[in-house]
Amino acid sequence: MTEPRDKDSWAAPVDKLHVGEVPPGAVNLNIEGRKLTGPLQGFGQMWQKTYRVGVGDVPPQKVIETWKSEYDRFWPPSNRFYAPITGIKPGEVGVINAKQGPVRLSTGVLVLYVDDTSFAYVTPQGHPFAGWITFSAYEGGAGTVAQVQLLIRANDPIYETGFMLGGSNTEDKMWQYTLHALAEYFGATGEVETVKVKVDRRRQWSRFGNLRHNSMIRTWIRKPFGWGEKPSS
Amino acid sequence: MPQAQVSMDVREVGPNVRIIDIRGEITAFSEDILAAAHEEASRAGVKAVILNFEGLEYMNSSGIGLLVTTLIRAQRAGHKLLAFGLSDHYRQIFSLTRLDDAIPLYADEPASVAAV
Repeated sequence: MTEPRDKDSWAAPVDKLHVGEVPPGAVNLNIEGRKLTGPLQGFGQMWQKTYRVGVGDVPPQKVIETWKSEYDRFWPPSNRFYAPITGIKPGEVGVINAKQGPVRLSTGVLVLYVDDTSFAYVTPQGHPFAGWITFSAYEGGAGTVAQVQLLIRANDPIYETGFMLGGSNTEDKMWQYTLHALAEYFGATGEVETVKVKVDRRRQWSRFGNLRHNSMIRTWIRKPFGWGEKPSS
Repeated sequence: MPQAQVSMDVREVGPNVRIIDIRGEITAFSEDILAAAHEEASRAGVKAVILNFEGLEYMNSSGIGLLVTTLIRAQRAGHKLLAFGLSDHYRQIFSLTRLDDAIPLYADEPASVAAV
């Protein structure tokens, strides 16, 4: 039997996350020892959110190469993504430090999948949502399209409430900002298209206990006065 | 948009049990084909739909996402979703993504049909 060509694209199975060397300035909380949570393990309603933008006549491979190597550059200034020292490769762990008003959050992601035209993250326990984020680029009718697609549930009842009270829109703005910044980098100025589909309207009450891992609460307990100052400096 | 490199055929293997034979690649571009195959397999009070992955050649993270949405459709329609024929590599991916928590995996077709 021949080996599948995606063999090296996937992370190796892991039971619990282990954070390797952390970049200077990163606040590394709520990742070490956590299990991964896919969209089936979360609490809230399941959503598929797709954001896409035209980036011009740039080869999809070039878009993904740039996106991976300068991932943090395209994020909103209030959030920081500390890519693994070794780069965005399958099985590596990235650290996220986010700030929304007075709320601070330290969490992370595992790099689940990487190939020439896409890469994907999966979230750990305690992250605001349980699920996967896939970043891809492909040739559309009028040039290359860059896309972010999330398949997610809020991880626990607090996050679900937050999403319903505006967190979901904040998240939309974050990915729209990201794609706009990416398009701008390549000299394109198109609008970001957003498509949201409620895949499953049910809440998984059996996952109520995910609350105990809530990274927002745990960040507040560990760093009640913030993290010194802006982690971006 | 690139074309899907996959074919999916539906066959009946017992009372209210249908198998989707998957040959080729499961990526984001397979969405319409998988949705149509699942809809065909779900007709007329089916009890279980079984995914046959013996012909699976390639799957990326978007493909795994499609399997989740198919699972939700199956739950909504009130039937089971099972699978067989996964290589060790794809079994590992099901384990990594915790998809095997929700889609029971079997070694071969007789074992999956017997489990319905």
